[in-house]
Amino acid sequence: MQQLIYYFQKYRYFLFFVLLEFIALFLIINNNTFHKSKFISSANGVTGGLYENFSKLSDYFNLRTQNEELASENEELKNLLEKHNSTQGSTIRAFVIDTLKYNQKYSYSKAKIIKNYYNTPNNYLTINKGTLQGVEKEMAVINSKGIIGITEYSNSNYSRVQSILNSNSKINARLKNSAHFGSLEWDGKDFNRVQLHDVPRQATLKIGDTIITGGRSTIFPEGILIGSIKNIDTKNNKNLIHIQLFNDMSNLKHVYIVTYLDKKEINSLNNPTNE
Amino acid sequence: MNSVLYVAFLFLSLLFLQVFVCNNILFLGYINPYVYIAFVIFYPLKKERFLFLLVSFLLGLAIDFFLDSGGINAFSLLFVAYIRLFLVHVIFKKTEQDYLLFNLQQEPFGRVFNYVIILIVIHHFILFSLANFSSQNFSNVLTNTLYSSIFTAVLFFIGTYIIRKKK
Repeated sequence: MQQLIYYFQKYRYFLFFVLLEFIALFLIINNNTFHKSKFISSANGVTGGLYENFSKLSDYFNLRTQNEELASENEELKNLLEKHNSTQGSTIRAFVIDTLKYNQKYSYSKAKIIKNYYNTPNNYLTINKGTLQGVEKEMAVINSKGIIGITEYSNSNYSRVQSILNSNSKINARLKNSAHFGSLEWDGKDFNRVQLHDVPRQATLKIGDTIITGGRSTIFPEGILIGSIKNIDTKNNKNLIHIQLFNDMSNLKHVYIVTYLDKKEINSLNNPTNE
Repeated sequence: MNSVLYVAFLFLSLLFLQVFVCNNILFLGYINPYVYIAFVIFYPLKKERFLFLLVSFLLGLAIDFFLDSGGINAFSLLFVAYIRLFLVHVIFKKTEQDYLLFNLQQEPFGRVFNYVIILIVIHHFILFSLANFSSQNFSNVLTNTLYSSIFTAVLFFIGTYIIRKKK
């Protein structure tokens, strides 16, 4: 016993050090698994509030680009509305019998990014909407130019978003001009470039082709823009497609959170409960 | 009391400097300085180390909270905090009696330079390896370590030079 106490006396700093390092390692491993990372997250009241105040200050630096982006999005939406109005009288109207039961699939709500990092291998964003505003985990975050990420953990007023620039993120994506799909990942190198894996070799690929989301998951609606093909790597008989993102991931501000209204129904089909 | 205030000031100023200034620099798109390691360099030398280890861990953890990085900053800062005394023994040849009067500014620049560079390189290497968290892209880890270490060291020496000039 005395030996043991003596041992602890002698190595007390080392043991304390090892204990703390184990705590840190535990947190690191937790952080690298999706959905378990709620211990260390900037989506809490203190850091979220500080980031929001800082973001109010730094917002002024890129007002011009944000304004231009919003104006061009408005232009696009106005044109869409005009197109819709011109066809409404004749054909499409006939299919919607009961307007109350009109089958809306998605609802969009706006949010603002208050923290954005894109220089590490696993990037996260923080947005200023949380469970009080109806944000839950696994919702899509997009803007007018394309996809941004998936919400991962929500506090009452802030949420953490797993960016597409994260080595853990896998998103279903497909070519715009054909139905061939693959999974979108990031290799951690260039924040303007993501990679599309597992596209079958039969697919005809051309540089400059547009890639959109595939709609095979309950998170992203189909047809959200991602980017265009930059080059195609055909090493080892596998197609590895490098994609230039439409979004400038280093300059993001206003985003939309997409709520998939049928999510529960679809998930209950995929995971039937025991009866 | 004075030293408690000093440590608290150091803790908070380095935390906010790191999170709101240094992490937004992104020189050439990806190079950031990690100046909060100055906490380990400036913290007064003491034989009793529990508090020092704990506070270093907490500073790293606080930065992790802001950066959503799990515990990588806590791990790497705690590691350099633990090896600091060994380095002081090896580089400055100091024993326990000298801790009270130890002052980096009175040491020869060559030794201080070695001491700071070793701490920075070890810290950055652990930080980037853990951030990468896989064996892929190892060359990225090395280049990141190299460039960020240079950046941090330059900022550190300029910063200490300015502070010393004022006094």
